[in-house]
Amino acid sequence: MSRLRDDYEKTAWRRLVHFVNGDKEAGEEAGYAVETEKTAARIREEFFEEAKWNRRKEETDTIVSQYAEWPETRGVKYFSRIYGLLAAVLCVSIIVFLLITVANLPKFGNASNPINNEVSERYIEKGMEETGAVNIVAGMILDYRAFDTLGESHVLFIAACCVLILLRIDVKDKTKKERAEENDRIYEPKNDAILQYVARIVVPIVMLFGIYVIFNGHLSPGGGFSGGAIIGAGLILYLNAFGFKKTERFFTMKTFSTISVIALAFYAFSKCYSFFTGANHLHSIISAGTPGKLISAGLILPLNICVGMVVACTMYSFYALFRKGGM
Amino acid sequence: MVISMGFIWNFPLFCIVLCLFSGVLCSVLPRKWAKAVSYTLVILVMCMSAGVLWYTCTMEESFVYMMGHYPAPWGNEVRAGVLEGIMALFFSVIMILSLLAGEKALAKDVEESRQNLYYSLVNLLLSSLLALVYTNDMFTAYVFVEINTIAACGLTAIRGNGRSLVASAKYMMMSLLGSGLLLIGITLLYDVTGHLLMSNIHQAVAECMASGTYSEPLTVIIALICVGLAIKSALFPFHSWLPDAYTYSTPSSSAMMSSLVSKAYIFLLVKIFFRVIGWEVISSNRIVDILFAFGLAGMIMGSVSAIFQKDVKKMVAYSSVAQIGYIYMGFGLGNLEGVMASLFHILMHSAAKSMLFVSLAGLAEASGGHTTRKELRGSGFRNKAAGVAFTMGAFSMVGIPLFAGFISKILFATAAVDNSVAKMTVTLVVLAVSTVLNAIYFFRAVICIYTPGRELPAKKTSLVFAAAMFGFAALNLFLGIFSDVVMDGIRLGMQMFA
Repeated sequence: MSRLRDDYEKTAWRRLVHFVNGDKEAGEEAGYAVETEKTAARIREEFFEEAKWNRRKEETDTIVSQYAEWPETRGVKYFSRIYGLLAAVLCVSIIVFLLITVANLPKFGNASNPINNEVSERYIEKGMEETGAVNIVAGMILDYRAFDTLGESHVLFIAACCVLILLRIDVKDKTKKERAEENDRIYEPKNDAILQYVARIVVPIVMLFGIYVIFNGHLSPGGGFSGGAIIGAGLILYLNAFGFKKTERFFTMKTFSTISVIALAFYAFSKCYSFFTGANHLHSIISAGTPGKLISAGLILPLNICVGMVVACTMYSFYALFRKGGM
Repeated sequence: MVISMGFIWNFPLFCIVLCLFSGVLCSVLPRKWAKAVSYTLVILVMCMSAGVLWYTCTMEESFVYMMGHYPAPWGNEVRAGVLEGIMALFFSVIMILSLLAGEKALAKDVEESRQNLYYSLVNLLLSSLLALVYTNDMFTAYVFVEINTIAACGLTAIRGNGRSLVASAKYMMMSLLGSGLLLIGITLLYDVTGHLLMSNIHQAVAECMASGTYSEPLTVIIALICVGLAIKSALFPFHSWLPDAYTYSTPSSSAMMSSLVSKAYIFLLVKIFFRVIGWEVISSNRIVDILFAFGLAGMIMGSVSAIFQKDVKKMVAYSSVAQIGYIYMGFGLGNLEGVMASLFHILMHSAAKSMLFVSLAGLAEASGGHTTRKELRGSGFRNKAAGVAFTMGAFSMVGIPLFAGFISKILFATAAVDNSVAKMTVTLVVLAVSTVLNAIYFFRAVICIYTPGRELPAKKTSLVFAAAMFGFAALNLFLGIFSDVVMDGIRLGMQMFA
């Protein structure tokens, strides 16, 4: 019968096994205790006078306590100072580099700049004729480069989804929901007469203006993104004046999801049709119409309406979710 | 209408629009329907990407697809070649396998009322991956980089416990910094060249280089774009977000984050190198040497940090830092062989790392949900499919012959031999050291899961999980054994790039 060596725990093989297994070496802690006990005994022998020993102990204790606190008091201070200094140096150097770069860029407004090329020329000269939109910015973002805008409107949607994931309080979780509503009631303006009176006058005007901006997106400056933001602001003002009870009559989570899904699906599929016909050189039923008319510019008007609805819903839902975790 | 071969040209558009639509649709569907819709979608995308790959391989040419009625510098366009086809097919295959394997853990980790939003995020993530792969326009790339970033944050945060929220906040800050630098780079590039379309920028940059104008802004632009995308793909000094984000999210999220999200950014960088700035400009630039140095540092430091981890999931996450280092080291070599080796390494790492993450989820499930080495002891016997898959993934990461990791290390070594003596020596030495370090921590984990330890009842493996593991194993073996076919494809794709 073979038996374990006395120093079995200290062999290289055992150490490798411990390293592989990832457990704290069994003998390790006990070993430390023994080691410290031995050292303590040796020190005690050296300072066998009790008083001397005690004084020595006090000294070490104060030093140890000083150093134990060091990282939390002085250390953090030094570290944050050095960190702040380095961050400032880095920021300033990046700013300097970027400024030097900008100084080397083509001069602003120069006619011979690289950006004044055939691309912008066609947008400006043929934009109205080709897209039917008087507002060439609308023509660019919703017709020439509609694919980018398709992505951009989904950026809004996915941001709303993430806020929903983080902040929505589930219907099932009754206590949490009640607490959120109670909490909201503290901060909610309690039937402020002035606010309600002003809101009664202002909200319809804001809404009308938003709708105007959306519907004239292809004729004048504006469009879905700006008009939608105006409508969203109107909704938030209404909510603040009259509270969730009033808004819940016409705007719930269901309204939000239905509107976004319908608007984005219409956007995706109508644009898919237009891309498909364009790329395969097929005849498209969408025509540019007469520039300047309200019903003109092909898909730009309906797409502006879609984008406007998505933006308004997203803004309102952000506000409602941040305020009480629901709509 | 007879459906001709040319109909395949529409597939990239169909893939992207369908992904966007089903992403929106899933947000209103109940959980089960959302799951069914996304699985169907990913399989559909897989088939269409295979079609694109087959078409470009047989025709031996890439095609440009006009998005709308206006030709390229005015309208948007997408471009598909062999390399794009390979990436799109690969991404969709890995996504469906990760979703299948992580299904059970997802049901446990994510609240039931939020699971449909998970699928919504996954679909939008796929749309952004495809758009990043196919795009031929810098601004389109930026728009879909945004979708990609937000989707990845959501995939981490959806688990909802404190650690995953902190991890996703960290990820968001670093990733937005990267997006910001990329955006500044694109803006400056537009100012200097006057174009957003990749091929037009390429021409304008070549003219600038020939005439010697705007050389300082161009250097800064290259630096901004490289650093921006390096932060987003976790190259070594910018990797601080990575370990937490991968460790504390639900397994299928970790698999997708490690093998799809970061890889899409790297692929975009390759695209920018070859199709926007031009490889001659990049390889003669000093920035390549900086990427080389960072890559080498990452190879060592990632592995060293991985050795000190007791949590196997965190160890696997740190090993990603090392592997991203390999990829950037390949760019840093400054020759075409190096870039091709990096592209192969992207495929190899995606396949192996996602397999490691999801098999680890299976092992953890059989060990009461813990992932430390101590708790995982003997889990390879309790969940056999996961144990075998983990072992295969580990072997591939270390570089055992028959597995893809071996091939990619050979490719890196041969690419280094063609280089200057100094670069060659450094690369070979660091490759060797890094391989040894990889072996230390991966073999340790494998030995651990096969050491009889804790007495726990064996879990019955679900059929779906076993099938996904089988799929992953087949994918890894395919990359290892038929690497010649894959490399031929990559070479053909690179020729189309230029």
